[in-house]
Amino acid sequence: MSKTLFLGDEAVAQAALDAGLSGVYAYPGTPSTEITEFIQNSKQGRAGEVHSIWAGNEKTAMESAIGMSYAGKRAMVCMKHVGLNVAADPFMNSAITGANGGLVVVVADDPSMHSSQDEQDSRYYAKFALIPSFEPSNQQEAYDITYAAFDYSEKYNTPVLIRLTTRLSHSRSGVERKAERPQNELHLLDNKKQFILLPAIARVNYRNLLGKQDAFENESLNSPYNKYIDGDDKKMGVIASGIAYNYLMENFDGKCPYPVLKISQYPLPKKLIEKMVDECETVLVAEEGYPFIEEQVRGLLNRTGKIIGRLSGELPRDGELNPNLVAKALGLPDTYGAPVPELVVPRPPALCVGCPHIDSYNAINAAMEKYGAGKVFADIGCYTLGALPPYNAIYTTVDMGASITMAKGAADAGMRPVLAVIGDSTFTHSGMTSLLDCIYENTPVTVMILDNSTTGMTGGQDSHALGVLGEICKGLGVKEEHIHRITPLKAQHEENVALIQKELEYEGVSVIIPTRECIQTLSRRMKKQQAAKKN
Amino acid sequence: MKIDIILAGVGGQGILSIATIVGYAAVKRGMFMKQAEVHGMSQRGGDVQSHFRLSDQEIASDLIPMGKADMIISVEPMESLRYLPWLNKETGWLITNDQPFVNIPNYPDFDKLSAELDGLKNKVVINADQIAKDLGSARSANMVILGAASPYLGIPFEEIEDAVRENFARKGEDIVNTNIACLRAGREFAEKR
Repeated sequence: MSKTLFLGDEAVAQAALDAGLSGVYAYPGTPSTEITEFIQNSKQGRAGEVHSIWAGNEKTAMESAIGMSYAGKRAMVCMKHVGLNVAADPFMNSAITGANGGLVVVVADDPSMHSSQDEQDSRYYAKFALIPSFEPSNQQEAYDITYAAFDYSEKYNTPVLIRLTTRLSHSRSGVERKAERPQNELHLLDNKKQFILLPAIARVNYRNLLGKQDAFENESLNSPYNKYIDGDDKKMGVIASGIAYNYLMENFDGKCPYPVLKISQYPLPKKLIEKMVDECETVLVAEEGYPFIEEQVRGLLNRTGKIIGRLSGELPRDGELNPNLVAKALGLPDTYGAPVPELVVPRPPALCVGCPHIDSYNAINAAMEKYGAGKVFADIGCYTLGALPPYNAIYTTVDMGASITMAKGAADAGMRPVLAVIGDSTFTHSGMTSLLDCIYENTPVTVMILDNSTTGMTGGQDSHALGVLGEICKGLGVKEEHIHRITPLKAQHEENVALIQKELEYEGVSVIIPTRECIQTLSRRMKKQQAAKKN
Repeated sequence: MKIDIILAGVGGQGILSIATIVGYAAVKRGMFMKQAEVHGMSQRGGDVQSHFRLSDQEIASDLIPMGKADMIISVEPMESLRYLPWLNKETGWLITNDQPFVNIPNYPDFDKLSAELDGLKNKVVINADQIAKDLGSARSANMVILGAASPYLGIPFEEIEDAVRENFARKGEDIVNTNIACLRAGREFAEKR
C-alpha cells in the first residue's frame, strides 16, 4: 500500500478520521494546532460529517468531547501541554466518569519551550488520572496508536491520552493508512448514572478505575509499541521512550549492542523493566521531557545506583534531546561541524511589518511613560513580542487570561495605574471571568483588548469574539462610557494616547479595544478575493 | 544512499516549499524521508530551519546529528552560517543565496559575511534574487537555490523538474514555467562553477 506524507499531527488526525471519529474539539496551540486544522480541511470536516469547529478554550473542548463520548460517539480533544492545565478539571473527572464512545485526549508537549512558557510533561497527568497513555516514536506509530486508541478506550470504558512532542508533531514522514471504519451510532450506557459524579457514585466509579489498573499494565506488557530488543552487551541496558528511541537507534545504524526497552505505552510494563534492571549492569533512561520513567525506576532512595539519565546528569535535566546528547550519554564520541562564526547574530521573531500591535504598543508606551516602568500586564499571543526591543512595553506573561487578573491583584495591592493587554481570542479563552472579577469589585484597571479579529500566533484561526467584543464587555457589566473602540494607526496615535491616559486616571474598570485586522489574515483574505475574481 | 540536508532561512522565505518539492521527488522514487519543521512563534520574521533527511533505508531520527549533514541549503547568507555545526566539515556542501535579508539592527557587515563564505571549502554562493528577478519572478529565488543544490541531491534533474511542475500546477502554466526557468538557471550556475 502506498504511503502518504504526514506531519505527526496530521497522522493523528487521519487516524482519528479513519477510526470513525465523530468530533474533534480543540483550542489552537503550538505544536498541536495542525491536528484540528487537518480534520477541518478533510473531506469529512468540510462536509460537516465530523465536528471540527474550534472551541473557546481547552476546558470547553474537553467537556464537549466528554459529552460526545457520553452520547456514544468517538471524540478526540487536542491541545498543547499547558492547555491541559486549563482542561485539568474535566480531564481528571473524565477518568472517574469513564468513557462511552471512544474518548482520546491528544496533548502535544513542547520540550525546550520553542513556543511555550514551560516544558511540563503530560505523562504525569495521565498517571495522575490513572488512565493509559501512549507516546508514539514516529509518524506511523502516531497513526497506528491513534487508530487503536479509540478501541482501547471503548474496551475499558476509559479516556486515554496520547502524548506527542514538538519534533514528532512537526516532522513529516510517510504513513500507511488502515481501512476506514464507520462512525458509532448514538447510544447510551446501560448504567444511566455513570456520569453523575455525586460522591456515592464517584466512589464506586473510582474503585472501578482502580480495579482496571492491572489490566492496563497487562495491555502495556503485551503492547506492540513496547518492545524488549535483546543485545549481547549487558554492561548497559537502555530504556528509550517516544522519540528518544529514534535518537538512540540513530547512533547505532539500527542495531544497538545493548538490550533496549522501547516504551510507547503506559502504565509502565513492570516485568520488562525488571528484566532489564536484573540483566544489565547499568540502565540508561532516555526520555523526551521530564525524568518520568527514570524517577519511577530508580525510586526515591536510588538504592541500586545503576539507573542513569537526566537525574544522574548523563543527560541534561532540561530541554529536548537529540542524537548528540544521547551519543554522549552512551559514551560514544560526540560529533560537531565547524563552530558558528562570530559574526552570526540572533534573529529573534518580531511583529510583522504593518502589524496593528505595533501601533498599539507605540500608543501604550507613550501613555505609560509618565507612570514609570512595571505597570503593564500582558498575555499569551503574538503581542507577547511586545516584551522585546524596540517596545519593551510589557512586564508579565504567565497564562491565558492572567493579564487582567494579575493587573487586578496589583491594583488591589495599591498599584496605580495598571494596564492589562490581552488579545481578542485570549480574552474569550480565559479573560472574561477575569474581567468579571474586576467589575464585581469595580477595580481600577484599564484593559486593552487588542482585536485583530483572529487567533494570530497559531496561524489565523477564527476568534470567538469576532465583532462582539464590545457587547461582551457591556454584558459583563463594564459601563458603556468606559468601553472604547480605537483604530491602531499612526494617524490616530495622539488621540489614542490621550484616551488611554484618560481611562488610566479613572478609578474603575475601563476597556479599550484597538481594532484592526491581523496583517497576515488580511493578506490571505486579499489573495483569496483576487483569485476568486480571476476565476 | 542517504542525504541529510539542513534547510535555512528567515520565516516566510519559502524554505518549506524546497522541502516539499524534493520530498515529493524522493518519495516518488520510493525513498524514505523525514522532515522536521519549525512552526509557531519563531516563524514571525525569526530564523527558521528544517532538518530534511532522505535515504533508501529506514531513517531513525527526525533530527540530523551535528557534524553529519551533507548539505546546508539556505535562502539567506547569514542564516546559512548559523548551521555550520551540523555540516560535515570534510564532505559537506553549503549552497546559499548571497542576498542578505536585513530585519535586525545589528546585521553583520556584508563584506565580512562574504569573506566568511569565501573561506568555506565546498560551497555554491549565488545571487538567487537577481536571477529570479531577471526571469520575471522575484519570489522564486528559492527555486534558483534548489536548482543550484540539485547536482548534489542524487535525484535525476528531470524528476526534480517534474516535482516543481506538480507543486505549482494549480497556480497555472505561467507560474510553472517561471519556476522551471529559475530551477534551470540555478542548476546551470552550479554546473558552470
